Amino acid sequence: MFRLPVSELDSFFAKVAEKETLYMPVDGKDGRASYEKWEDGKKLSSQLNTVRSAKGFFFPQTTNLCDFKKHDMEFEVIDNRAESEDFVVFGVRACDARSFTILDKVFLADPIDSYYATRREHGTVLTLACTAPEENCFCNAFGIDPAQPEGDAACWITDNYLYISANTNKGTAFIESFKALFEECDTAEVDTQKAQIKAIAEKLPFANVTTDYFRRNTLLEIFNSEKWEKLSEACLACGTCTFVCPTCQCYDIKDYDTGHGIKRYRTWDSCMYADFTKMAHGNSRNTQMQRFRQRFMHKLVYFPDNNNGEFGCVGCGRCLSRCPISMNIVKVIKAFGEE
Amino acid sequence: MHNETLIPKIGVVTDIRQDTPDVKTFRVVGTDGKKLFEHIPGQCAMVSVPGVGEGMFSITSSPTNTEFMEFSIKKCGTLTTWLHAMDVGQQITVRGPYGNGFPVETTFKGKDLLFIAGGIGLAPLRSVINYVRDKRENYGSVQIVYGSRSKEDLVDYQEILDEWMSCPDTEVNLTIDREQEGWDGHVGFIPNYVKELTPSTDKTVVMCGPPIMIKFTLAGLKELGFVDTNVFTTMELRMKCAIGKCGRCNIGNKYVCKDGPVFSFDQLSELPNEY
Repeated sequence: MFRLPVSELDSFFAKVAEKETLYMPVDGKDGRASYEKWEDGKKLSSQLNTVRSAKGFFFPQTTNLCDFKKHDMEFEVIDNRAESEDFVVFGVRACDARSFTILDKVFLADPIDSYYATRREHGTVLTLACTAPEENCFCNAFGIDPAQPEGDAACWITDNYLYISANTNKGTAFIESFKALFEECDTAEVDTQKAQIKAIAEKLPFANVTTDYFRRNTLLEIFNSEKWEKLSEACLACGTCTFVCPTCQCYDIKDYDTGHGIKRYRTWDSCMYADFTKMAHGNSRNTQMQRFRQRFMHKLVYFPDNNNGEFGCVGCGRCLSRCPISMNIVKVIKAFGEE
Repeated sequence: MHNETLIPKIGVVTDIRQDTPDVKTFRVVGTDGKKLFEHIPGQCAMVSVPGVGEGMFSITSSPTNTEFMEFSIKKCGTLTTWLHAMDVGQQITVRGPYGNGFPVETTFKGKDLLFIAGGIGLAPLRSVINYVRDKRENYGSVQIVYGSRSKEDLVDYQEILDEWMSCPDTEVNLTIDREQEGWDGHVGFIPNYVKELTPSTDKTVVMCGPPIMIKFTLAGLKELGFVDTNVFTTMELRMKCAIGKCGRCNIGNKYVCKDGPVFSFDQLSELPNEY
């Protein structure tokens, strides 16, 4: 465990930013926190979490896959991929940190997604313990500890110090390269903070949310349940849940003719949209109930089936605060759990 | 950088055959004049016209064809309309192969095979049929039941007449939906025809066609005593990545692009009926 005085935080950020691009949550003019490139004068947000998740660092909202040049009857494929620059993301919460390991299981599975892989290889994730988890948090349901976040190195901010402890080789290398700024220390103050976080987390309204039902019942039993009709009744198909979700990774691939060539790019997509599965001859998910069911079946049944039981949700609570009809994954889990 | 399967190769269209009023078969090679890649019967490739779109198509030629690949494509949407407007010599992009393919070297080996195809559903089966024909000694008897709306809609009709019908230990049963001048063969829908033919239940069935045909034919096969484990089909859903990542072609916890497109009906019976 290492630490530096909180008064030195800005000069620490400045030192990091000299070496690599540094991103962190910063409060915007609208009062909402979002990840921004750190520059002198920008202050780390004190809010619990950002409106958008951190997935965009590795899976950006749009990615140029390749370009094509057209010459009469012929095409030329232009592979313009480049290694990502080195960058550091500071202040990632435990939920978002876990989302990266979930995204890894998709994008780093064979065949590896090279666009994701290069950003993952060149990005260092510095996480920050949640000093005050809030009412929409339910990361505990997925075995995530807000007091001990994953990532390359975990940080804790107390009244006087920033504490840092490496979780990976990349984290160790990071601390090593800024060693002059840190002093080695014991864990006493961090232990106290961890106990405080635990005490808060235990009292949260969703502290006892359990996903047991989805382990006890079969795919077809859950899929064929009558509950989906009622749960999905008011869904507007806006797709907000998928865009703010740190684990939603479905994407679309599209071409754009710039007039000087064709850009092929991928963008975030949403299984909540009607055209997601629409083909020339029909649509396999014709109703909003089917599309709604797909989203939750994917996170609670299909993904765990294919990934040693790991759920595709990290309990960040973003869908709880953003859904315009106040439907969310906790309501779905509870509706099934209450049998 | 890692290799990237999402970046396609250039394919040159060297021949276009008008098979039916709305189906054309495209012969494709790389810019070096050689086959783009090897595949297993039943596997697919993502074919694209840059600027228009990309779609998954089954490779209809057999892997035993060492010179080129073929795609039989029905004109039914934006991309396929574009492809149908193309001329020989034009370029497209191709990436693949994708999917599991048919178990031609394992489960099918030594078996009597019954192929049942409806309309453009013959395209993925043609790859297996020609593979079996080229390695005839590895398989038992072959029966092909193929039907379409009309005589003109039978894809690869000439190949069926010239080559399949003269292949040893091979029976070909053709049918069309309605009576037609110049047609003295069988008339009627495939599910009924299969029942009339009463094929032996020892046969391994490979079936592809419109969902409604699959549904009724499967019911008919079960009446005859066929079991789900011996009936295979190949599925099709909307795809973007073809590698199980873009998230749209799943049937339950299986991705058609990666875990399929070939499934046996006992596998499908454990999955949601959402296709």
